[in-house]
Order: sequence, then C-alpha cells, then structure tokens
Amino acid sequence: MAQSQNSPLATPLADRHAALGARIVEFGGWLMPLQYTGIIEEHRAVRSRAGLFDLSHMGELFVEGPEAAKALSYALTTDPTSLKVGRAHYSMICFPEGGVLDDLIVYRLGDERFMVVANASNAGAVSDALAARLDGFRVVLDDRSLATALVAIQGPRSAGILARLTDVALDELRYYAIADGRAAGIPALVARTGYTGEDGFEVFCDVAVAGTVWDALLETGKADGVVPVGLGARDTLRLEAGMPLYGNELGRDTTPFDAGLGRVVVLSKEGDFVGRAALERARAEGPRKKLVGLVVRGRGIARHGYEVFAGDRRVGTVTSGTQSPTLGEPIAMAYVTPSEAEPGTIIDVDIRDQRVPAEVVPLPFYKRPV
Amino acid sequence: MVPNDLRYTKEHEWVRIEGDLATVGITEYAAEQLGDIVFVELPDLGRSVTQFAAVGVIESVKAVSDLFAPVGGEVVETNAELADKPELLNSDPMGQGWMLRIKVADRAQVDRLLDPAAYEALTSEA
Repeated sequence: MAQSQNSPLATPLADRHAALGARIVEFGGWLMPLQYTGIIEEHRAVRSRAGLFDLSHMGELFVEGPEAAKALSYALTTDPTSLKVGRAHYSMICFPEGGVLDDLIVYRLGDERFMVVANASNAGAVSDALAARLDGFRVVLDDRSLATALVAIQGPRSAGILARLTDVALDELRYYAIADGRAAGIPALVARTGYTGEDGFEVFCDVAVAGTVWDALLETGKADGVVPVGLGARDTLRLEAGMPLYGNELGRDTTPFDAGLGRVVVLSKEGDFVGRAALERARAEGPRKKLVGLVVRGRGIARHGYEVFAGDRRVGTVTSGTQSPTLGEPIAMAYVTPSEAEPGTIIDVDIRDQRVPAEVVPLPFYKRPV
Repeated sequence: MVPNDLRYTKEHEWVRIEGDLATVGITEYAAEQLGDIVFVELPDLGRSVTQFAAVGVIESVKAVSDLFAPVGGEVVETNAELADKPELLNSDPMGQGWMLRIKVADRAQVDRLLDPAAYEALTSEA
C-alpha cells in the first residue's frame, strides 16, 4: 500500500519532528526522523534513561476469524496456534524457496484475533503475501498500517514513565506480552517489545490521536530525561543488541538458518506451511553461510558491503557495521563461510583496500544489565 | 558568519594560510551536516598532495566522506588527537579539530579557493 505511492508518506507525528528540529530522511516510503540532537547522544539516552520513537511507518496487519491461528501457521514459519492470548513471538514469512520475505512480530490479541507487525519497507509485500496465503481459510485480513500509529518508549526508565500514563499494569506485563488499555487516556495496545536491547514498550493507537500519546510521554518523561530518538540511533542500538535488519542481515537470499534464527522455523508444527520443503532441505544440508558478530581489532570501521577475507580467500561480506557508542569499538555483523564462524577466529575486513583484522565474537555485543 | 581570515573549498574544508603553511579543517557547516563523527583517516606525513584531491576520510555514524586538500604541497603535520577523539570535529571543527598542515607548493592556488562571502553564499543556498 505505502509502496504504491510515488512520494513518501508523512507519519502522524511529522509536525512534532519538525518542531523538534529533526533531520528527516526517506525510509521505506516514509519521511522519518533520522536524528534530533545527534545519533550518539540519542543512543546513550536510551541506554541510560529513555528514548521515544515514532515507528508509525511500520505495518500492522490484523488477522481475525475462527481459523486465524491455523491460517497464520500456514503463512508463517512459527506456530501461532501455540501463542497464548496476550503473548507475542518473533516470526518470519518466507518465500516458497526458503528465503526471507520479512521478519515480524505476531501478537495474539484473542483466541481468533492476531496482529502481525511488519517492517515498513515490506508492509505492502507482506500484506499481499498474507492475502494470498490466507485465501481459503476462514479469516479476514485487515491491513490497518495506515490507520495505526506506533510510539515506542525504550530504556531503563521507560516503565516508570509509561506507568504514570497507562492503566495497564506494567509490572504484570512480561517481555513479549501485549495488553489492551489506555495510554494518556487514548485506547491503545501496549506491548513489551522493542528493537533496542533495553526494557521498553510499543504503544499502538489510532493515527488521529498519536500526537496526544507522544506529547504525554515526552512531557511526563521530562523528569526522567526522556528524549526523542531517530532512526540513526535505532540502527546503532539494534546492532549492539545483535538484532537483524531486513535488507542487511535478512533478505530473499538468506534462510532463517543462515541468520542463526532457526528457532523461528518450527518444523515440528502440524500441517504444511509456505517454504516447508525448502526449509527442511536447508536444515538438513546446514547453512552455506553463517551470520557472525565482528569486533574490528585494527583501525577502521567495517560497513555494509565490505568484503571479508581469511588470508587471500574471500570468505564473506559485512552486512551491518558502525562504531559502537556503548563499546567504544567498531562492531559489525557479517555472513562468513561456516569454517570461519567460530568465536575467536581472526579474519580481515577490506576497508578501502586495506585489510584490517577483526575478531569473530558471539552475539549480542551488548546485553542490558539484569 | 564564517571566520574572515580563512579560505574555503566547495567541499567544506577551511584553510588558514600563514606564510607557506596551510592549516586545514572542515567547517562547522560540514560537521553539522555529517552528524556525529566517529573516525578520521589522515594522510601520512611527508605525503605529497594535489589541490582538490581526496587525501583522507571522515566517517560519521552513517556515512564515509572524503577529505579534500584545499591546496597542493607536502603534509608536514597531522592532528594526533583526532585518532582517539574524532568528536573534536563536531565540538570544535574550527579550532581543536584542525586536521592537517600542508607546506604550500604554489601560493597562487589560494586564488582558486572561496573567500568568506562566497562560502557563506554557498552554505546559505543549501
């Protein structure tokens, strides 16, 4: 839907971002804030206090009906029939050949009601694929992406801030759970999910009232030092947390197994699902490449697309990389041949024609303090 | 207002000429555009550089940018602080964030640079 537009869409919070002096970029068909005061400052705010994100560009697809769970089990790699009401899980929708079409979060809102959240850049493709796959099941697909706003608050102080504004009992809301209630007086779905590696919440509400929720969180959170955070810091945060980004770590040419995410492929579930045969083969054969974490041990930053070598042999490619604000070192994710994937392996990254050593490390790079 | 005693390039380097020594950095405008700078690569001492050639690299969180020599000559000094503190380019690009010094080969090359008014005009158009 968003993809068929010629010019990028503005989120319902566009005027807020302008007033806050955000630098705006185009992303996935939307005009989004890249940064407000600066990527590193915003990143650090989320790690130490709290940050507010406008994620209204994401896709929200509602699937409702007596066969909703069964239909989604056919369409996706996970088994939504096993999800309890009020719980969520990370999932993927794969092509028949086993490559990834998108990574998703599936929330169970009721026995017969689910919300599937897709990446902004794939929302249209996921909507189309779901429509095709759900055909024949007793379900209705309701793509409410353009009617749904999403405001996320992430960071150690986020629970304290949101608690002042919601009737949802946050101390009873576990990680990967979702509840129906109000936020800032607005009807909202409150989920304890996020893409930063910190404690945090994602608040789904109607686009018409998104501003009320945003303003209230920003105002109430002032005392705790909340700041608005853009896509720049969203990327550095998720990279430190070892989370994949579709288009970098995930794509049509990767299987969930390549990315080390075989846990989302529930081959033991009942019935066929799109990609089953190819994914069973892929699992049996083992991955042709493995996603690893790298810390650059020489001078330089490894970035998306840079080549990885073991001696003279090309062994892989960097998928994402940056200078880690928390670690103070250059970190990256890369696909490498399985023989080079063992933590402790030293490989070379080609940075502007210089071979710079990097060490394979386990993911994630950062885990929040318990 | 941009400092009056400096000259500028279209790629947003500033240069201070004192005798045959040129001190080079990037402007506040450039630093602002780049965002948080996380890595700086400077040319080796003794390297011979050509006017307007790419001689180094400035990396922000999201992107890699070239550093261009405002004048040709020999690199005689580089700012060692930038290796550990690339953020100086954001906090003080015109002072502590100076990047390198070139022994100018041909003073006439300075005439090919932008004067403060011209640089001001360039950045206000953007």
